[in-house]
Amino acid sequence: MMITRRKFLIGGATAAGALIVGYGVWPSRRIARMNTLAARPGEQFLANWIKIANDDTVTIVIPHCDMGTGTLTSLAQMAADELDADWTKLHSETALADPVFANGPMAEGDVLDDRNMNAESIPDFLRGAAASTFRIIAEYMDLQTTGGSTAVRLTGVYGMCIAGAAVREMLVRAAAERMNAPAKDFRTEMSRVIHMPSGRTFRYGELAAAAALYTPSAHPQLKAEKDLALIGRAIPRLEIPERVNGTAHYGIDTTLPNMLYGAIQISPVFGGKLVSVNEKGVAQNRGLKRVVKLDDAVVVVADRFWRARDAVAALEPVFDNAGNGDISSKTIYDRHISALNGKIKQDFVIGAGSGALNKVGNIEAVYNVPNLAHAPMEPVNATALYKDDGTLEVWAGSQDGLGSRAFCAKVASINLDKVTFHLLPIGGAFGRRLPDLWNFLAYTVKTAMAVPGVPVKLIFTREQDMQHDYYRPNVTCQMRAALDSSGMPIAWVSDYTTDDEANDEAHILYGVPNQAYGTAKVATHVPTGPWRSVESSWHGFFIESFLDELAHHANRDPLDYRRALLKSHPRHLATLDLAAEKAQWCTPLPRGHARGIAMVECFNTIVVHVAEVQVDNGTLQVHRIVSAADCGKAVNPDGFRAQIEGGIIFGLSAALYGEITIAKGAVVQENFADYQVVRLADCPEIEVYIHESNSRLGGAGEPGPPPIAPALTNAIFAATGIRIRDLPIKNHALGVPGK
Amino acid sequence: MAIRLTVNGIVREIDIEPEAPLLWVIRDELHLTGTKFGCGISACGACTVHVNGKPTRSCTLPVGSVSNSEITTIEGLGSGALTEVQNAWIEHQVPQCGYCQSGMIMAVSGFLAENPSPTDHELTAAITNICRCGTYPRIRAAVRSVAAKKRRSGS
Ligand code: FES
Ligand code: FES
Repeated sequence: MMITRRKFLIGGATAAGALIVGYGVWPSRRIARMNTLAARPGEQFLANWIKIANDDTVTIVIPHCDMGTGTLTSLAQMAADELDADWTKLHSETALADPVFANGPMAEGDVLDDRNMNAESIPDFLRGAAASTFRIIAEYMDLQTTGGSTAVRLTGVYGMCIAGAAVREMLVRAAAERMNAPAKDFRTEMSRVIHMPSGRTFRYGELAAAAALYTPSAHPQLKAEKDLALIGRAIPRLEIPERVNGTAHYGIDTTLPNMLYGAIQISPVFGGKLVSVNEKGVAQNRGLKRVVKLDDAVVVVADRFWRARDAVAALEPVFDNAGNGDISSKTIYDRHISALNGKIKQDFVIGAGSGALNKVGNIEAVYNVPNLAHAPMEPVNATALYKDDGTLEVWAGSQDGLGSRAFCAKVASINLDKVTFHLLPIGGAFGRRLPDLWNFLAYTVKTAMAVPGVPVKLIFTREQDMQHDYYRPNVTCQMRAALDSSGMPIAWVSDYTTDDEANDEAHILYGVPNQAYGTAKVATHVPTGPWRSVESSWHGFFIESFLDELAHHANRDPLDYRRALLKSHPRHLATLDLAAEKAQWCTPLPRGHARGIAMVECFNTIVVHVAEVQVDNGTLQVHRIVSAADCGKAVNPDGFRAQIEGGIIFGLSAALYGEITIAKGAVVQENFADYQVVRLADCPEIEVYIHESNSRLGGAGEPGPPPIAPALTNAIFAATGIRIRDLPIKNHALGVPGK
Repeated sequence: MAIRLTVNGIVREIDIEPEAPLLWVIRDELHLTGTKFGCGISACGACTVHVNGKPTRSCTLPVGSVSNSEITTIEGLGSGALTEVQNAWIEHQVPQCGYCQSGMIMAVSGFLAENPSPTDHELTAAITNICRCGTYPRIRAAVRSVAAKKRRSGS
């Protein structure tokens, strides 16, 4: 099977895991380059990602962007724990967008070159699961991607822990050498190496230079679970103080001497081209510098953003509609239905598959989820300076700094080494700034090239951000099932539309003996992309809603029904039970109130939500969400809880209100006035419980949203008998909070 | 045309059209970037500042209309030290990406100054700022803790 780019980046990158082992091992010329690029006076890189300064300050360099998921802290915790670093003298910073800090699985070239190996001599730790995908994965070497909840479970486990432990060993070795004593006589604690027999101690700062001369081990001794001191602790997040006083500096805050500002209007109909603009209308505008006409957009460059914004609107640009002018959400839905009624491409079958359906009496339902915008709080933007010497400098938030640098080089048709990319913190992304979703970088680079010598900050207005996103796909799913005489499912068939390929997330874990999955390909002109939790955001809704329907058909309690189908999955059962117990699942509620439950596992984390709702005279109130999650072990339990809480609210906005619709080929919604999201007033009480298991670590950012929509609609069904099969809930006659 | 503006206690003369939105004057003329752009239509609250102590969305406010007012941005909140609200934000680990939080903190601070011990209902009716990271449960907890402290100290 081909691993597609998106699949690799966002999906299960587990195969890559094996390749990442050995991050600690970098030949000295790499260390030298890191020191040149990113070490301050008195600082010293000892391995990839770890710097130690003379004054004992330890700095962990994080190869992920900072978009609010707390990786600056959680990854530092992992490295610092293995390193026995003093947390009070620890810093963490974002890696430069340079190949030396690349966080892809190591490139084939790097592995082979730097270790003087050829393809036959790939060491043991690179074999096994990784061997066949090695070459494919190697193509992604220049990525520093943040997505797919990979930070802790891949970078952390295979990178940070190894690097921390390897550096600790180097420091011990340096002390042992100095005292001419065996390494086993030393222990480490709080950034000190201690010679146990004599009690003599060395500060990490005084050993760093000597230790840096050793080669870090690829197989350092890792701590036993009981010795972990930082992993598993709710340490206050390092990045929080600057986020309460306005000093945090995001991409949009870039300020450079002589900087100009750009405002853009892109063809409202996707694919449309710029036909004309009324330049006369703005000729006298104060501060106007340049009108930049691009293929499918027009940019006004001015001395202030608001002047550029007003001028670009006054240009009244005219675009053609590329033949897409008749497309609407309705015509797309009709295509989905006729595709599902046409030929289905089989993806995966268990047992007799759809052959196990009955001739009559099956349970059938059609589900639908709409397109959604990411709508992060910081509208997409970037700043670029194209110099006369043919070099390009870019300042922006991106979910992949190094990949963005390569992308900008490509847009400008120059070499990578002519581009500097400054990766800045992001005011939320949720997938919006992943590779392939970089229209804001492309437009900014093109604009900068039209005004060489001056930096230009191009900001999408909220309207442009909302109408030129890469949307969560609109997906329609036809579900069919047959029950046996005891009401348990004997056949489960799921056929769904896709604009990409088949999704593993469609497959159920529940013990149904006959299953079949198939796809109907429907490509549209609406650009789509990964949206927090990706495929699970739709399949979670389809599966958990339909299972609830089956439970009601069988006259069984939805929790018991799930439990009966999960007999061989103790982790899932335990997580379900924890949520049910904390939500008092079995306690009766007042009239009009009801609970709904749903469970989705994605990115190796199991999440169960129990929603408690009240429907009174058609008005829906969501009172309480009780959640249980199993991610193996939470590196920072409070940070993990914060991600699940945020995921619940993100999913709640989508379930209640979220909908991007198409009319005349263009997006209808413009801003938060017509793309409503949850605010404080409709935020339920939320409780998050962590179930610890010994499973490998799971993600935190992505897994929160998927079960929320089905938990809610299942609760609504329990309260009213109304089954909601297409989102958002606001389109159904119940009334939603805030309305 | 020059406009006189008092921001964080400092008086400045700015050569600008009176219709310029206050948000962009604060960000691009004064380079105080703690105040954020989120929607531009007074729908999200990211741009909230205090105008004579009252929380106000600055993205649709013409600068000419506030030339005689005292404007406070997040940079001028508290005099050097963190305020009670900011400390509660740290204690409850509120921010995720943090982008909405300047506006959130300005909105909550202004609200608590008027109503130091609000009910949950009063709070949610008053604070309509958007946080896409979904930090609302912690915002609520942080505000409850500030209010409880106020009640205990009897102020
Ligand atoms: S930017 Fe002013 S309210 Fe959103
Ligand atoms: S903390 Fe990210 S938008 Fe509120």
